[in-house]
Amino acid sequence: MNNVTNILVVGIGGQGVMTATEILAETAISLGHDAKKTEVAGMAQRGGVVSSHLRFGDKVLSPQITAGEADLIVGFEAAESLRWSHFLKPGGMILMNTARLVPPVVDGGLYDYPADPVAEIRAKGIEVHAFDAMSIALDLGDMRLGNTVMLGAIADHLPFSAEVLLESILKRFSSRKPHMVELNRKAFEAGRRAVSADFQTAEAA
Amino acid sequence: MPYGNAGAFHYKRVPVSPNVLSERLKYRLRESRAWELSTQVPSPVASGSATQPLISPLPETPPMASASITPALAASRLLLSGNEAVARAVWESGVRVAAAYPGTPSTEMLEEIATYPDLYAEWSVNEKVSLEVAIGASMAGSRSFCAMKHVGLNVASDALMTLTLTGTNGGLVIAVADDVGLSSSQNEQDSRYWGRFAHLPIMEPADSQEAYAMTKAAFAFSEEFQCPVILRLTTRICHVKALVTVGEREVHEAKGFEKNPRRWVMVPGNAKGRIPLMFEREKALRIAAENSPLNIVEDGKDKRIGFVSSGPAAMHVRETFPDAPLFKLGLSCPVPVEKIRAFAAGVDMLVVVEEVEPLVEMELKAAGIACHGKDVLPTIGELAPDVLRPGIAKLLGVPVESLPQTPANVFPRPPTMCVACPHLGVYYTLSQLKNVTISGDIGCYTLGAGHPWNALDSCISMGASLPMALGMDKGRGETDKDKKIVAVIGDSTFLHMGMQGMVDITWNRGNVTVLLLDNRAVGMTGGQDNPANGRNIHGDPAPRVDFVKLVEALGVKPERIRQVDPYQLPVLFKTLREETKIDEPSVIITDRPCVLVDDYKRQPSYQVEDSKCTGCGNCVDIGCPAIHVNRREKVIKPSGKEVELQFVNIETAACTGCGLCLQPCAPNAIVAAVPVQTVSFVRK
Ligand SMILES: Cc1ncc(C[n+]2csc(CCOP(=O)(O)OP(=O)(O)O)c2C)c(N)n1
Ligand code: SF4
Ligand code: SF4
Repeated sequence: MNNVTNILVVGIGGQGVMTATEILAETAISLGHDAKKTEVAGMAQRGGVVSSHLRFGDKVLSPQITAGEADLIVGFEAAESLRWSHFLKPGGMILMNTARLVPPVVDGGLYDYPADPVAEIRAKGIEVHAFDAMSIALDLGDMRLGNTVMLGAIADHLPFSAEVLLESILKRFSSRKPHMVELNRKAFEAGRRAVSADFQTAEAA
Repeated sequence: MPYGNAGAFHYKRVPVSPNVLSERLKYRLRESRAWELSTQVPSPVASGSATQPLISPLPETPPMASASITPALAASRLLLSGNEAVARAVWESGVRVAAAYPGTPSTEMLEEIATYPDLYAEWSVNEKVSLEVAIGASMAGSRSFCAMKHVGLNVASDALMTLTLTGTNGGLVIAVADDVGLSSSQNEQDSRYWGRFAHLPIMEPADSQEAYAMTKAAFAFSEEFQCPVILRLTTRICHVKALVTVGEREVHEAKGFEKNPRRWVMVPGNAKGRIPLMFEREKALRIAAENSPLNIVEDGKDKRIGFVSSGPAAMHVRETFPDAPLFKLGLSCPVPVEKIRAFAAGVDMLVVVEEVEPLVEMELKAAGIACHGKDVLPTIGELAPDVLRPGIAKLLGVPVESLPQTPANVFPRPPTMCVACPHLGVYYTLSQLKNVTISGDIGCYTLGAGHPWNALDSCISMGASLPMALGMDKGRGETDKDKKIVAVIGDSTFLHMGMQGMVDITWNRGNVTVLLLDNRAVGMTGGQDNPANGRNIHGDPAPRVDFVKLVEALGVKPERIRQVDPYQLPVLFKTLREETKIDEPSVIITDRPCVLVDDYKRQPSYQVEDSKCTGCGNCVDIGCPAIHVNRREKVIKPSGKEVELQFVNIETAACTGCGLCLQPCAPNAIVAAVPVQTVSFVRK
């Protein structure tokens, strides 16, 4: 099934990982793809690890992405992006939020939070682009926009156009929260800009 | 105000009336129409995929004439989880009664069913009750449905094992969701055993579309054979979203109940007469399985191995070995042995890939069909491609490919209680008590076994905390003679199976202190309504259980029933100390809502004043995830002892101002984050 695209979205419970994946799935379907979306979410609501798998293409059989086979990893949290980085296939890319969400076991001194997850991923020879989605969302006035910022950030790295993705995000909001449509459009564009800026610096370097 | 949101007891949720329900449905309709439009857009991908689907969709039941309000829905494609697909099919099958007790990964089935019109849906107090409600409805001639997680069927099995003798009148489908991979359960077990144990048919869908189609097929099958059908799901069906082509609702009126004691009254004399009928039915089921269109052979050109598989494992096999012949079981019990024998004749080697136990494998071996299975594949967890590949490579004697990257070493992130959870103070207090044994139960409060509280000593099954505490009391030896025994149980679990243990304790004069943590919700499974909050599955007002009266009626002396606000640490500590000292059964009831439910009222947040924080770390022991340590420092105390100081900050955006962490903070370093204006109406 080599025409199947594998996107792994990772983060922790409550960050909107599953919603983001669902929007990606809806977009893929609206373009006529077959799609399956699944989570490994052990008690996600209680701050646990969430990894959401999206596979789409002509025909999708197994819903799971196997380690070493993700085309793209979307990381909502820094350490989680590192945790799942081995799921990436050679030549794949990680787009990640730099937010560090520290769990009680780390605060309690039982474990350490990796000092620089982005550098650790890069040291594995992986192409990674990092940005601070949380600050972008806060600048726009609402932390809950982080999800849309993330989607904007990956929008130019998907097998479909950014405009189609934006459309499905806005469609979702127009039926549920019409007053949030404009803010989400802004958040999307801000995320998109943040990543393209990172790409330009990477090229310059 | 020292105690955060004390006194915030309001019900906020708007009751859902039948009108609102149909509003929900209209919304659903709008959504699905939108999908219909979007999937009609011609696309290169869709037109390019003219190949036959590998796992062929089941024959659709012909649409029946109905007074359906959803004509436009027929043949629309929706992105549905397995649970949502089952719910849709339940509604379309004309089911009139559906019942369940929540449990991951099955919960969303009933949640979803409750949003459909024209059927009765309920949260039952436990799984046995839900099955019995469904049995009653079936006796009355209605199509009925119940859903539960794997361990739920253990609870309901007493009814199941005799239901197989009476059989059914209206079609009855029992959906049971196995938590293969153990993402949120106390054990992993294979519910397919029940089909063998109770001599009942089992259907195993492999994705959402099949979950939908098989649910519909199961109702027809149940009515054909007059027995319940077990729909076996796993986490990887329940929680995977995929495209489903849905249809319309059929109407099945209740056939009516006809008195027939020989059939419905299972006293020994009557039951004896039914047992041979059960075995006759099983013979008929075997023939049906051999001929069932749900059992599909997919040929392949690589004949080295032929696979026999079912459920999500079949999808993984198809994905991993696209050229291998596959016998895909849909009606997997009874096993279509002869059909598989014929399939085996066409391949070099037969491998059974089943989650979790080797049930089909053993049956095939017993029938003299040579096969592999659990000799190369694990009897635990999911049989995903990364598990299949090395197992099969071993069998074929080929080298195993290694991963391109090794996993990074990152700290674990165990689930933890929510910010401001009403259980936090209870576990903080329990962790401070000396010489106690804490008999635990199942719910969010089981997390009290973890960091930083480490204040739970057992967890076996729902309701077990009370009887186990009684057993610990009666069975204690010399070393435990001064131990206080505390049982911790939640409201939903108490009503599920805790009351019986309570009577056992009072009746047998056990020396146990029961902590009944009433958070007015089934917190662990997502905050569902239950009899403790006075709302039914639709959020409509319903009679509310009065725990004080209830435990008194179960034999606890009124003076031994204490109600405590779990956000008041000193009171909690004092009450626990007093009650554990007294040698008789006592019950301490806490009554503050879970933060997931609307009853919970958020309060203004707090922050830490850096200059005042001495680094004692007391607040960290509360275990609230909004409190973070930003700096550690080792200091030598005057006594010469080295201690580590922990300087903290509070994530104000997350803090909901419960006021717990303020209480152990001696220097009063935790202060309101936003200056609050206090208005005093009392003349000074
Ligand atoms: C037999 C059985 N059914 C269902 C479940 C799933 N389950 C786990 S905890 C729980 C209920 C928790 O509710 P409650 O006791 O009120 O505690 P809370 O989580 O609200 O603190 C349920 C339904 C289970 N583990 N076992
Ligand atoms: S869901 Fe409710 S009961 Fe469970 S941890 Fe969160 S607040 Fe506590
Ligand atoms: S930080 Fe303190 S006041 Fe805020 S929610 Fe947590 S325990 Fe309660």
